[in-house]
Amino acid sequence: MGINGNGTIISMSEIRKVYDTGKVKVEALKGVNLEIHKGEMVAIVGPSGSGKSTLMNLIGCLDTPTSGEYELGGQRVAGVSRDMLAEIRNKRVGFVFQNFNLLPHISALENVEMPMMFGGLRQAQRRSRSKELLDRVGLGDRVDHKPTELSGGQMQRVAIARALAMTPDIVLADEPTGNLDSTSGSDIMSIFTDLWKQGSTLVIITHDPALARRASRVVEIRDGRITSDHPAAA
Amino acid sequence: MKRDWQVILNLFASSSRLQKKRAYLTIAAIAWGTVAILLLLAFGEGLKRQMDKNRRSTGENLAVMWPDVTTKPWKGLPAGRPIRLRIDDLAFIRDRMPELKAVHGEVVSWRTAITYGRKTVNGRVIGTNFVYGEDRKHYPQAGGRFFGPEDEINRRRVVFLGNEMAKDIFGDEPPVGKTLLINNAPYTVIGVMQKKTQMGMYGGPDSNHAVIPITTFRAQFGRERLNNLVIETNRPEEMKPELKKLNAVLGPKYGYDPTDDRALATWDMVKSAQTTSNILIGIQIFLGIVGALTLLIGGVGVANIMYAVVKERTREIGVKMALGARRRWIIMPFVLEAVVYTLIGGALGITIANVLVALTTFIPIENNKVMSFLGRPTLSPQIGIITSLILCVIGLLAGYFPARRAASVDPAATLRYE
Repeated sequence: MGINGNGTIISMSEIRKVYDTGKVKVEALKGVNLEIHKGEMVAIVGPSGSGKSTLMNLIGCLDTPTSGEYELGGQRVAGVSRDMLAEIRNKRVGFVFQNFNLLPHISALENVEMPMMFGGLRQAQRRSRSKELLDRVGLGDRVDHKPTELSGGQMQRVAIARALAMTPDIVLADEPTGNLDSTSGSDIMSIFTDLWKQGSTLVIITHDPALARRASRVVEIRDGRITSDHPAAA
Repeated sequence: MKRDWQVILNLFASSSRLQKKRAYLTIAAIAWGTVAILLLLAFGEGLKRQMDKNRRSTGENLAVMWPDVTTKPWKGLPAGRPIRLRIDDLAFIRDRMPELKAVHGEVVSWRTAITYGRKTVNGRVIGTNFVYGEDRKHYPQAGGRFFGPEDEINRRRVVFLGNEMAKDIFGDEPPVGKTLLINNAPYTVIGVMQKKTQMGMYGGPDSNHAVIPITTFRAQFGRERLNNLVIETNRPEEMKPELKKLNAVLGPKYGYDPTDDRALATWDMVKSAQTTSNILIGIQIFLGIVGALTLLIGGVGVANIMYAVVKERTREIGVKMALGARRRWIIMPFVLEAVVYTLIGGALGITIANVLVALTTFIPIENNKVMSFLGRPTLSPQIGIITSLILCVIGLLAGYFPARRAASVDPAATLRYE
């Protein structure tokens, strides 16, 4: 399965997630089996309501499955404490969101520094690494700008820099181009492709066929189950 | 732990701030509550100190006894016999109870004609021992004196006037050294009492009577029976056993049961001072609670704002959680924020209250009936400590509960959509 790697980063077996709203129980995932290896760029596609976002929450350790086994980078996620889960997110997952989710009142630099602060890096280390990362996404001249002073594409690039801050096991992107015009959208796609080429593992949840085409592998999910899983047509 | 605090302070420093107006209103509510509690407690403290001072102005560690009837049969005698002490009993008691600080008797002549020149007033004249001056705090105004042992032994015709009575008789004229007539017998005025606010009294206010030596009184009025017997102990806790002992001394002499503590009517001022002090403590607690409740409303205001802030920052909280913030890193900056608002408001309130209390010193207490009873609002260190503690607790609570809600934010739910 792996194209340019072989270590397993994500291993899910028989993952089920049930949302209990009191009156109704909704089964969002009905037994998902998924393995993602180091160095893959996986696109997860599916119509809305298919369970995509639930899957992303579980992969990103924002939520825990109702049943099933999940290992992220060799670490079991079921049954760990909230603080431990926070630490897993901090060290192993870099998030990129559709709506960027930058903190509006602090600068781009400070936004990128935030996960490193949670990770316990020193101030000087944080500063230099976060400058380096912003350079890497082409925003070396915008470090002191606040998110409100940046365009959508620039904000998303800050978010990518932030996602890379702790050199995570995977970068998890949720509709990263959904709020962007086509030009900045394709910029972002190129950045993802570059990251992949440099060896990062990426999981991208998307509607965008253009983005899905760039992935090494496309997983389709429908009605809480994986319905197809195949290498992307190159 | 150290790392925790570094992260918390970092987050606190970089978290968004309240809108100015909100912050001002929140701080104002706390300041208002602080002013309320401080002023109420200061008022209570002033009242307590003034009451204490006014109580002392009658005298300290005193008990007054006056004639009454027995309530228990004794050696074949029925209950209901009157017991009336005599002037001679004073020496008898002093002899048998040397540990008492002082014993004095009082003989009273009501509505006695006191004449100076062409002016006559009818007033109360008291014959007593020289120790009365000290015991009953009859301190002379400058240029005068209370009578001493010599005056008593030699039956001198000297009189010490209450300040009100002196004013009635002499008007603006200085009374000391003048001669006046009591029931047509000439007396020399040797002193006038300093003005005092008196809480406890028997017979009437001290300011409105004339005091002469008991020996002179006996010679002129020919009376043997005491109207009042007053004993003074060295310390308040001695009063109860001394009163018991007094009945044990007088019982056999007058033929009444020594355990019959109502044969002589007794006013134990030590006991009533204790009661008064308990009431005052009660008043202070009450005022403190009212103030604390006012402050609590301010605290509810802070909590309310913090809840709103948590709601507004839900996304921010979700983002921080997604990036790996621990529970306490989310909670503590909110608590700190609430504590900071509370303490700023508290500091402001303490300043305002101090200024207001300082301003009350410009209200004259002398010749002001209300103020001389209520006293001056006073801020004590204890009041400051109590208020600060309450402020800290309120700040912590006002931050903690909203912060707990912040920590219960579900990052998965907040992050996806606008």
